[in-house]
Amino acid sequence: MPELASDSVGVVAPQTAHFDDPLALACGKTLPSYTLVYETYGTLNADGTNAVLICHALSGHHHAAGRHHQDDRKPGWWDAHIGPGKSIDTNRFFVVSLNNLGGCHGSTGPLSINPETGRPWGPDFPMMTVSDWVHSQARLADRLGIERFAAVVGGSLGGMQVMQWALDYPERIAHAAVIAATPRLSAQNIAFNEVARQAIRSDPDFHDGWYGEHGTLPRRGLKLARMVGHITYLSETAMGSKFGRDLRQDLGYGYEVEFQVESYLRHQGDTFSESFDANTYLLMTKALDYFDPAAPHGGDLAAALAPAQCPFLVVSFSTDWRFPPWRSRELVDALVRADKPVSYANIDSPHGHDAFLLPEPRYQAVFAGFMARVARDQQLEGS
Amino acid sequence: MRADLELIHGWVPEGARVLDLGCGDGTLLDALSRDKQVTGYGLEIDPDGLTACVARGVNVIEQNLDEGLANFDDNAYDLVIMTQALQALRRPDLMLDEMLRVAGECIITFPNFAYWRHRLYLGFKGYMPVSKSLPHAWYDTPNIHLSTFNDFERLCRDKGLTITDQAVGNGEHEAHWSSRLWPNLFGETAIFRVSRAGDA
Repeated sequence: MPELASDSVGVVAPQTAHFDDPLALACGKTLPSYTLVYETYGTLNADGTNAVLICHALSGHHHAAGRHHQDDRKPGWWDAHIGPGKSIDTNRFFVVSLNNLGGCHGSTGPLSINPETGRPWGPDFPMMTVSDWVHSQARLADRLGIERFAAVVGGSLGGMQVMQWALDYPERIAHAAVIAATPRLSAQNIAFNEVARQAIRSDPDFHDGWYGEHGTLPRRGLKLARMVGHITYLSETAMGSKFGRDLRQDLGYGYEVEFQVESYLRHQGDTFSESFDANTYLLMTKALDYFDPAAPHGGDLAAALAPAQCPFLVVSFSTDWRFPPWRSRELVDALVRADKPVSYANIDSPHGHDAFLLPEPRYQAVFAGFMARVARDQQLEGS
Repeated sequence: MRADLELIHGWVPEGARVLDLGCGDGTLLDALSRDKQVTGYGLEIDPDGLTACVARGVNVIEQNLDEGLANFDDNAYDLVIMTQALQALRRPDLMLDEMLRVAGECIITFPNFAYWRHRLYLGFKGYMPVSKSLPHAWYDTPNIHLSTFNDFERLCRDKGLTITDQAVGNGEHEAHWSSRLWPNLFGETAIFRVSRAGDA
């Protein structure tokens, strides 16, 4: 049995919290009751001042760090940054990571049973917004005895939840780290999401979202959606250096897999289409599209940010073309105009949008530096 | 703290809203926020300096000064500080305009190329001066716009700006009577406090 590295949080187990008080959603509907599945790493201190909330991105979930069993093949999705001595140091911080509502990894979502009908929610599951997620996360915090998070942290769609936290619960968030995110999607971003949605919805196996009842899965649609999405997560450089024009086999002058990149994308799509729920994917992309805190303020993001009180760290990556550096700059500039404390770093990385998941020395130095400051501000031991 | 920073620290009013262009590791802003309740942001592109700022809780924004200050509104700040960066900019004159657009006053320090040691170096050795304040070789120096105490004074005069204070540092940046009398000759570092015409 392989020993887990000393900077791993080790073997972790998901927990569940059930909530019976209804949650009113932005779409006008109400979730009568729901379950959130989450993991925690580290120990909550007596004053409850060392809690860090991790918000996940489009296809993420609660399993952010450690392994589920000793010989688990892969660690959690943010294991590079969470653990003893890592940027989010679990010797200091109590880390909470959950699967968002509408997800397909255990929290209430389209695969769960709709209590009104006794059958899975499927496409009837209400549309979720970033704000809905934040409200549900606040209830989880209540349940765990966390009055105020030392920091709320997230990348991509997770970074949007961090922004929303600072606006909806300014008194409950002491620091915010918004990584590889944007204050709103561009037309191009929405366009890519729409291609992904159409791929899923036009799959004959989709059955208007009732594929479960038909005993099928819209594999082809979900695979295409993931392939398109995946292209936007990588930079041209990263794809070039990973695959170039390498061939898997000699040219056959046909449509079988010939280039390595084709093989890679098909593999990514196949794996994803077996493990991810199509209805969840659809509603997660919609939550991305809807996010726009400046909209109620006539597009004035600085005005929208007025309620925020906490210091922000904003990080972007040089080759991210999904949410490029200038999209992070929109947030930074608005925070500056609103006179809010903010630091911004644009990390040189060849890895495109995916860079936020990976270890990179400068990224780690900035992130760890910020978290050390969080520990100091929170007067945590050893800081 | 570096001697020019020490002097600037004394000049900054309590509670001022400050931009520090090329803020390095944030030493000055950190001290100003603790001692004088100053608020504001530092701009920096050096990765180590930027990380140090983040770690000590100084607001720092990764921004190349050559791209201007368009993201800062007119008169949004009381004071803009720029230490030892002017000489590395593509257009120091335009930066001066930008600084006095976002604030009524600015403090600028730069190496004085007319410092006597530099003159001797060039005059007798015939090579571009290399010294403690100008440590680079001519071919790899970031200092693409070296100037003298007198040059900067003239630029301010040409732009109709008001110099409200000026000082120099020598060797270790200590004040000395000779550098006060002949700053262009005996000052190794030039330190200027400038405001828009009519604002002084």
